[in-house]
Amino acid sequence: MTQAATAPTRSTVTSPRQRRRLRRPWWRSRWRSSSDRPFWSALALLVAAFVVLPVLAVVVDGLEATGSVRLPSGLAAMALTTLLLMGGVAVGTLVVGGGLAWLVTVTRFPLRDLFSWMLVLPLAMPAYILGFVFLSTFDEAGPVQGWLRDTVGQGLWLPPVRTLPGAVLVLTMTLFPYVYLMARAAFLEQSPSTYDAARTLGAGRGRALRSVVLPLARPSLAAGLALVMMEVLTDFATVQYFGVETVSVGVYKAWKGSYDFAAASQLSVLVLLFAVAVLTGERLLRGRARYTQRGSRGQGLEPVRLHGVRAAVAVVCCLVALGIGFLLPVVRLAGWAIGEARRSPGELVDPRFSGYLANSLTVAVVVALGCVVVALVLGHAGRMATGPLPHVAAQITTFGYAVPGAVVGIGVLLAFAGLDSLVRGVGVEGGTGLLVTGSVAGILYAYLVRFLAPAYQAIDASLTKVSRTTTLSALSLGAGPRRILWRVHLPLARSGVFVAFVLVLVDAIKELPLVLLLRPFGFSTLAVWVYELASENYWEKAALPALVIVAAAVVPVFLLFRHARLVDPHRPPAAGRGRGPA
Amino acid sequence: MSRVVLELEGVTKSYGPVVAVRDLELRATAGELITLIGPSGCGKSTLLRVVAGLERPDAGTVRIDEQVVAGPRDWSPPERRRVGMVFQDHALFPHLDVTRNIAFGLDGMPRSRRRERVDEVLGLARLGHLARRYPHELSGGEQQRVALARALAPAPAVVLLDEPFSSLDETLRGQVRADTVALLRTTGTTALLVTHDQTEALSVGDRVVVMNEGRIDQAAGPVEVFEQPATRFVASFMGEAVFLPAHVHDALLTSEIGLVSTVPGWTGTDVDVEVVLRPHEVALAPSPEGSGVVCGLEYHGAFVLHSVRLPSGSLVQSWQPHSVRHPPGTRVAVSVVAGVRPTLLVGDRAMTEPPG
Repeated sequence: MTQAATAPTRSTVTSPRQRRRLRRPWWRSRWRSSSDRPFWSALALLVAAFVVLPVLAVVVDGLEATGSVRLPSGLAAMALTTLLLMGGVAVGTLVVGGGLAWLVTVTRFPLRDLFSWMLVLPLAMPAYILGFVFLSTFDEAGPVQGWLRDTVGQGLWLPPVRTLPGAVLVLTMTLFPYVYLMARAAFLEQSPSTYDAARTLGAGRGRALRSVVLPLARPSLAAGLALVMMEVLTDFATVQYFGVETVSVGVYKAWKGSYDFAAASQLSVLVLLFAVAVLTGERLLRGRARYTQRGSRGQGLEPVRLHGVRAAVAVVCCLVALGIGFLLPVVRLAGWAIGEARRSPGELVDPRFSGYLANSLTVAVVVALGCVVVALVLGHAGRMATGPLPHVAAQITTFGYAVPGAVVGIGVLLAFAGLDSLVRGVGVEGGTGLLVTGSVAGILYAYLVRFLAPAYQAIDASLTKVSRTTTLSALSLGAGPRRILWRVHLPLARSGVFVAFVLVLVDAIKELPLVLLLRPFGFSTLAVWVYELASENYWEKAALPALVIVAAAVVPVFLLFRHARLVDPHRPPAAGRGRGPA
Repeated sequence: MSRVVLELEGVTKSYGPVVAVRDLELRATAGELITLIGPSGCGKSTLLRVVAGLERPDAGTVRIDEQVVAGPRDWSPPERRRVGMVFQDHALFPHLDVTRNIAFGLDGMPRSRRRERVDEVLGLARLGHLARRYPHELSGGEQQRVALARALAPAPAVVLLDEPFSSLDETLRGQVRADTVALLRTTGTTALLVTHDQTEALSVGDRVVVMNEGRIDQAAGPVEVFEQPATRFVASFMGEAVFLPAHVHDALLTSEIGLVSTVPGWTGTDVDVEVVLRPHEVALAPSPEGSGVVCGLEYHGAFVLHSVRLPSGSLVQSWQPHSVRHPPGTRVAVSVVAGVRPTLLVGDRAMTEPPG
């Protein structure tokens, strides 16, 4: 090499500043670069603090109160009921969701491809809707028991349905798709050569499935179960149909029944403990082994074709799950709605309907916009400042989804109470008034905490596809962080922004527990209205708003499917991209 | 001749319209280490997968230990073939530690025998200290050793290795390769090793099988494959080579650079051929009357590759010791190193005997 070529390199390396920078350990350099843009790091931290605040409030308040106040009565019974409900739903979703995923992955039968995506549809059926459809069908006054008594005799003993097993059944049939989705993805994404390796080591198909494919799916099953458990912990509406008193119901009753802040926050801590136990359990199930695998070529698992009776049984299994979880309830709701319209053709729609729909939509749109903006800022901050701070902040904000609704609700109330006393301390008479009436602001805050995680994940997934050098080249062209956000990151992440908006919108329309807990007097949404009508056995009146909610909830299920790409890899290879000879 | 352990006859396999392998014939004797090489898409991995039973051939017969495992009427699934396989990505079971990975293939054995065999294999592969580790806690080289140990544990009739070193970085590869070959030798294992590295194929294999477009072009010892390539493809794929038009007249081979060599046994012939010249067979001598002109220099460290343009426009290449560097523009006399008997091609095939 010539002298001229080496000279500049040498001078850069020997510059004392550069040398110090080269020698600086990696963590120092990363912290340093994050402090290059303190504004964005601070913003990310602020968002994290905002999300964590309600949870912290619950923990602090709950622990403080423990010494002074007597524990809420019936605590042990509530805890036991919660455990039983969670255990029952865990077993139920594992059997139904895991079993169906297994069935559609390792076997082939008529309509399998159709079922493999339709089985996600029960996710669109909120438990509080399936719950009342189930009760109206199977309780003492319902058509099934009536028919049985007419045919067998009035003295026939039938199991009561407003019980814990009833609640387990309904929650299982709405929540099993979480396990189904995770399990199916785990089966499909396994590296094919792992299965091939087991076969060449003398394992037959059965043993390879049992000892390799299934164990490798264990962490995914655990993750799916954890999601299910979180939903069970969050619910305190559906279970009340069934007279099941979980800890979350306890929180709701302590607050709405007697405005007993101390009891509510103590019970919330208990709910939080359950949630922590679920997450810990998921970690433990994962163990020391690591399950992620590099993709590789290979044949992998080939589904076997079922024939005759076995194929029929497989079809029936799928149909039963899909029927109970989605098709039959929709048919029944539609029947009621049509019947109601026939009976009173004059007032086709209840006059309250439009008002509640407007409430639902307004809240949902505001929350969706808020979540999208905050999530976008978080994602942007993570790209502008390369240090760990914004990433830690983003991780913290995603915990919100794992915090049960009752905890978020009580936490928001506690945060408002703190704000109130702060304002009063400054000298404003009566404080903000937020706490006394409850307020829509509380609902919005709680929604934001709960739904920021899915929004952030959708937007972050889009942003990670934007090459880091794209951001860097924009910076080198003189664009500031705000201009990059508007001109580079937002346009490039627009599909993620769209998905995030829709996901949050629909989640917010569906959401029931948080509104029940936090709504100001006289404020109601479509979900609350359905719940109230159903609680008073006005099934027919509840049908139309329930159908509207289900219709809205079907949208993200399709989105989910388009993004999850649960396409069977064993289809004939597409042109140009198949498993060619190697 | 020792026992034939693996035998392929007329094996053909297509994926839709694409023929991956066509009419393959191959035999491996006990303890033999065969390397399979060819450009990507030549069918070498398909061949392995057919032997392992991961693909069903469309036609032909595969015999392992004289048992038909794939044929017109017979089919054994992979688990009943006594074939071990080492995958490119190692395919270790991520949920099992090293011991249980190795024990996986010993399912039918009584527990005490199994433990003995695992210990034995761990010792052979020098993996004893890693027995309780999980795959993600191992380095790439260690993973590769575990994959090989796992494949060897059930004492298979044949071990197939699908580019086992390609996922390792350059510095590690040499050592892992040496360890692998040593382990295969000490256990006397018959092995088929797929590689895309020519040096690896030549240095490791007892026999080298060169594949192209789904066919075996040549299957022979490494020296023969390199020095007497059977086809134009083998000649160019297994090392650098130039092809010069030449003529054999009465056992004398001549070309643009003059007399190349004698061709014993070709007396009375008069044919046009092409001569294959590898850079190490070409000698250069600087001379003002030389017909060649040096047009390029590549310094490779120990050797310097000279490119020389001949009057016809053809290019020949020559390795020179590192101290010899003829600057571009130098006139050189080009000749063939004494004693070399270069390969002659007619069409795409090498001629070993005089035509006619």
